[in-house]
Amino acid sequence: MASSAAASEEAVKAAKVLMVGAGGIGCELLKTLALSGFCDIHIIDLDTIEVSNLNRQFLFRKCHVGQSKAHVARDAVLKFRPNINITSYHANVKDAQFNVEFFKQFNVVLNGLDNLDARRHVNRLCLAAEVPLVESGTTGFLGQVTVHVKGKTECYECQPKPVPKSYPVCTITSTPSKFVHCIVWAKDLLFAKLFGDKNQDNDLNVHSSESGASKSNVFERSKDEDLDQYARRIYDHVFGYNIELALENEETWKNRRRPNPVYIRDALPEEDSRQNGSSHDCSNEQEEPSAMVSLGFRNPQEIWNLADNSRVLLKALRLFFEKREKEIGNLIFDKDDQLAVEFVTAAANIRASSFGIPLHSLFEAKGVAGNIVHAVATTNAIIAGLIVIEAIKVLQGDYKKYRMTYCLEHPSRKMLLMPVEPFEPNKSCYVCSETPLLLDVNTKTTKLREVIDKIIKSKLGMNLPLVMIGHTLVFEDGDGLEEDEAANYALNLEKVLAELPAPVINGTKLTVEDFQQELSCSINIKHREEFDEEKEPDGMVLSGWSAPVEKQVTSNGGASSSGAPDTDGNPEDISTKPGMKRKLDEVLDSKEKFDASSTSSAQVVDDDDDDDMVMLDEDPKLAKKKRLQ
Amino acid sequence: MGGGVPEELLTAQETALYDRQIRVWGVDAQKRLSKAHVLVCGVNGATIELCKNIVLAGVGSLSLMDDHVVTEDDLNANFLIPPDESIYSSRSRAEVCCESLKDFNPMVRVSVEKGDPSLIDGEFLDKFDIIVLSRTSMKTKLFVNDNCRKSSKHIAFYAIECKGSCGEIFVDLQKHSYVQKNAGEPEPKELSYHSLQEAISVPWKNLPRKTAKLYFAMRVLENYESSQGHGACEISLSDLPAVLALRKNMCYEMSLNESQIPTALLERLVAAGKKEHPPVCAILGGILGQEVIKSISGKGDPIKNFFYFDDTDGKGVMEDIPGPSTN
Repeated sequence: MASSAAASEEAVKAAKVLMVGAGGIGCELLKTLALSGFCDIHIIDLDTIEVSNLNRQFLFRKCHVGQSKAHVARDAVLKFRPNINITSYHANVKDAQFNVEFFKQFNVVLNGLDNLDARRHVNRLCLAAEVPLVESGTTGFLGQVTVHVKGKTECYECQPKPVPKSYPVCTITSTPSKFVHCIVWAKDLLFAKLFGDKNQDNDLNVHSSESGASKSNVFERSKDEDLDQYARRIYDHVFGYNIELALENEETWKNRRRPNPVYIRDALPEEDSRQNGSSHDCSNEQEEPSAMVSLGFRNPQEIWNLADNSRVLLKALRLFFEKREKEIGNLIFDKDDQLAVEFVTAAANIRASSFGIPLHSLFEAKGVAGNIVHAVATTNAIIAGLIVIEAIKVLQGDYKKYRMTYCLEHPSRKMLLMPVEPFEPNKSCYVCSETPLLLDVNTKTTKLREVIDKIIKSKLGMNLPLVMIGHTLVFEDGDGLEEDEAANYALNLEKVLAELPAPVINGTKLTVEDFQQELSCSINIKHREEFDEEKEPDGMVLSGWSAPVEKQVTSNGGASSSGAPDTDGNPEDISTKPGMKRKLDEVLDSKEKFDASSTSSAQVVDDDDDDDMVMLDEDPKLAKKKRLQ
Repeated sequence: MGGGVPEELLTAQETALYDRQIRVWGVDAQKRLSKAHVLVCGVNGATIELCKNIVLAGVGSLSLMDDHVVTEDDLNANFLIPPDESIYSSRSRAEVCCESLKDFNPMVRVSVEKGDPSLIDGEFLDKFDIIVLSRTSMKTKLFVNDNCRKSSKHIAFYAIECKGSCGEIFVDLQKHSYVQKNAGEPEPKELSYHSLQEAISVPWKNLPRKTAKLYFAMRVLENYESSQGHGACEISLSDLPAVLALRKNMCYEMSLNESQIPTALLERLVAAGKKEHPPVCAILGGILGQEVIKSISGKGDPIKNFFYFDDTDGKGVMEDIPGPSTN
């Protein structure tokens, strides 16, 4: 007994550990590692500290807002463990400096990330460097810790992870049926059009019927045009005119509820245009201009009616132009920008009311628009403890003892913390087992650029890909390209697949690589003419690997942006927790898996001598995935 | 238009700070937290994790009771004590930790209560809504639990122990009414808890065979500690033979097979002495933190009535231990 404790201590003292992420899990983890005797820790985080972090990222104080999380976390921990080495990097783990050589110096890598993209990237580097990875995630009261060791267990990508949901363009622009569709419209179309980069593509219709030959852009504010008049003009255009225009297309509304156009004269009939006027009606000078404050709305949990939403919209628009004019043209929606959140909430609500969709409070709207993940300190602390326990096992190479541990809100067979043995690697995982993939695509109409953006970078998660057809290199990404090479690749991007220097047609095989991630895979092309706009919005379909499951859309659901926060086991309603339940279903109930050639058989290991092994999966027909032995 | 009654609104500061957790448990629960008063007796690795969690969550006040002077040993699992003798020398654990905790959330009142938990009763207890004891003798725990139950005010009682890589949490909420969300719909529920006395008096043979072995092991150790007049956790490996002998006696009296309390487990617990494994402190403090929040907010199924963790098997299990008269 004593010797194993001593051996454990030795392993910990000698260990060099990499932490990726210094946020909710990261703060708890760094603290626990330091207390547990680890004395050489590297930590990477690209983020800076925000007020909303302080309810759980306890190494940070109000005075640190704006500073680097990695650096401040390091300083805070050195206060109670001054003699250990902590190296902090305020950087993106996807940066070139964190290459395979960098990863190779560590005995174990511990992730405390909040997005799928970075997790996949780290997974690939750990595989390439052959360094064990301990992964983790939390949402509200739920959490999990998983161990990934090349060759011994599944890699992080062996089991499909829910990908953030994206919506077809027409749903956003013409036929919203859920509140989240209205939010995406308000954020990515209206807000972007009014305050963002004017040169960006935007699907919002900005042309009025009035002018003949030259269609004027309604959003252009004429010189010295009265702000109120401008605001009302915009309002009537997007909520009134554009809806009338859409109603003209009978086909669209055959089986759908017809939206009601909303005009300012209807929403705010009694109001003189000057009533919304002077912004000096607010009681005192705020640091941050806020429509809510100006109008006296104090409760972010309150659901405003149509009239109040309209007042907020007009006021917010006005305040942007009056107080933040310099930023207009460069603004990107930020969930911590109060005025932007107010604007988007109001706009989404007015649109929702048009389409008969329930309205939401600012608090709820902010959660949707900002892809906010709800979070508490306790779950992070529990998960951090579990991570350290796994890390210590990994350092000792105790692979029979590795566990995936789930932190549950409701006990399962008396357990709130449920350990499960890891699975063997998935033989058809394209990341760790090099299985070729299949891509259905129209090779005559699809450009190379689309395949790279939608499939290679997005679905396959490659950062700096290289695309080859046979021996011909048709595309490369990264620094250090010659001018003529870069020009050539730029040309290739705009060519349809069938017209590339090495033509891509039915049966062609693409080789795709990312050097940094040391990942290479083959994609077999299958030409297809037609794709379903609603079910296959990308216009191409990747298969041959366990396809990712679409995250369920709930009121806190993500919008269409990539790089949205991780939805790994991400439930919104803590009582139904769909994401977690799905993962547990895979583990506990084990219906037929995506890939028919393997199955999940999760066994909760009962170490008691006198108890039977508990078998949770009973499907003797399918070959059982082998346990780690 | 309207909206809530003005005094029910959170302040702008609270809204900004608590945004992420309000999305978990709601404004109402947050308000209740801000009115709750918690007393923690016994400052150690597990309880300071609890303290960190509930201060961050925004309880109304936290009082710490632990007059022991800080020693170097305390630095092992406690990140609230700066490793600087000039700061901690001659000061009590409660005092030093209180100072650090204040920083975590300026909206929470953190203070020191001088005194001994074995003397707290009546009027003093009534100042609090939640009492947590750790590293006190079983006699003291029983005394305080009894007083909590005698009070006309509803006071929730918890006990928490971390020995090496193992831990136990005991919960007594007396009669607890709360709300559980069932498929999105709120469902009112009520639970009835046993007192600590009842929970440790159940005849062992009445318990299901799969009952967590830690339950029995901890009872043996408690018994040993009080028979020796030791302070909690002052035993060491040299006590093992005596502990095993006690196990033998207790099992005989309770008609329990000795193998239900493995020697290896007792050895680990005894060898641990006062030491706490920091990852296990984090887990226990996290679980207990969640329990305290559930109890104050009246939302979510609380643990009934023991929780155990052992990093050897990695399971965190609940046990519903009945009283002596239950069959």
